[in-house]
Amino acid sequence: MSRIPLAGLVGATAALFALAISLIFFYAPNDPNQGLSQRIFYFHVPIALTAYTCFGWGAWKALLHLWRRPEGADLESYVAIHQGVIFGSLTLLTGSIWARISWGVWWVWGDDELVLFLVLFLFYCAYFMLRYSVEDGPARANMCAVYALFGVVLIPISFFAIRLSRSIIHPEVFKLSGPQMAGSQFLTFCVALVAMLFLFATLYQTELAGKRLDLKLRELRELLA
Amino acid sequence: MTPSEKYTAAAYLVVFVALLAYVLIIASKLQRLERDVGELVEKLRERGLDSG
Repeated sequence: MSRIPLAGLVGATAALFALAISLIFFYAPNDPNQGLSQRIFYFHVPIALTAYTCFGWGAWKALLHLWRRPEGADLESYVAIHQGVIFGSLTLLTGSIWARISWGVWWVWGDDELVLFLVLFLFYCAYFMLRYSVEDGPARANMCAVYALFGVVLIPISFFAIRLSRSIIHPEVFKLSGPQMAGSQFLTFCVALVAMLFLFATLYQTELAGKRLDLKLRELRELLA
Repeated sequence: MTPSEKYTAAAYLVVFVALLAYVLIIASKLQRLERDVGELVEKLRERGLDSG
């Protein structure tokens, strides 16, 4: 991911977003049951999948930190989890708005998918409490890496909750037989998902560049002191 | 505007407001980094003058 120049990533993300929004509002057909509000799906689901990707990427970097100890893996894991929390917040917010118009309520405690996603989100929110309560150093990096790896177990549980619970309120759209939607809807969804993943890559690289610069400046300040 | 239109607009607006907030945070951080680099350059210049 770090080999792609940031300017290229920003351009590709902007172009993909323009294409995704055009497809969502001018190409995808109106849902006969939900009408216009069904279009929230094209942002809500890709944001949720991107949040899973961020947490997964954070866990992978944490594993690398514990296994091969490459320089910067701890920082990369932290930034990915930070992005995951941002995308997770957006998943909960857009999901709540969609729930309000579709189900008449902002939240359903009886829905496994919602509750498990909230548990995953809160678990990774607590990651920051751990990180900022321990002094900077190798011990903190190791503790955070182990914590990030524990959280990854929750990702498949949260992802497959729809399939496990057989919930009526949260329908299963992607089945083994194929997506339960029209071809134009699936194409729009795929473009929105790619756009969201590119957004993650852009934000990840931007934040990482800022953090690396911060560290180098701190080092330089210490050398000059 | 129908309720459906209002809620759909709100959902998309939430995402764009969050993106905008993120860009603003990054911009303020960049300004801070620029200030820090400026201070360090100033310190190095002073040291250069002292030793020269």
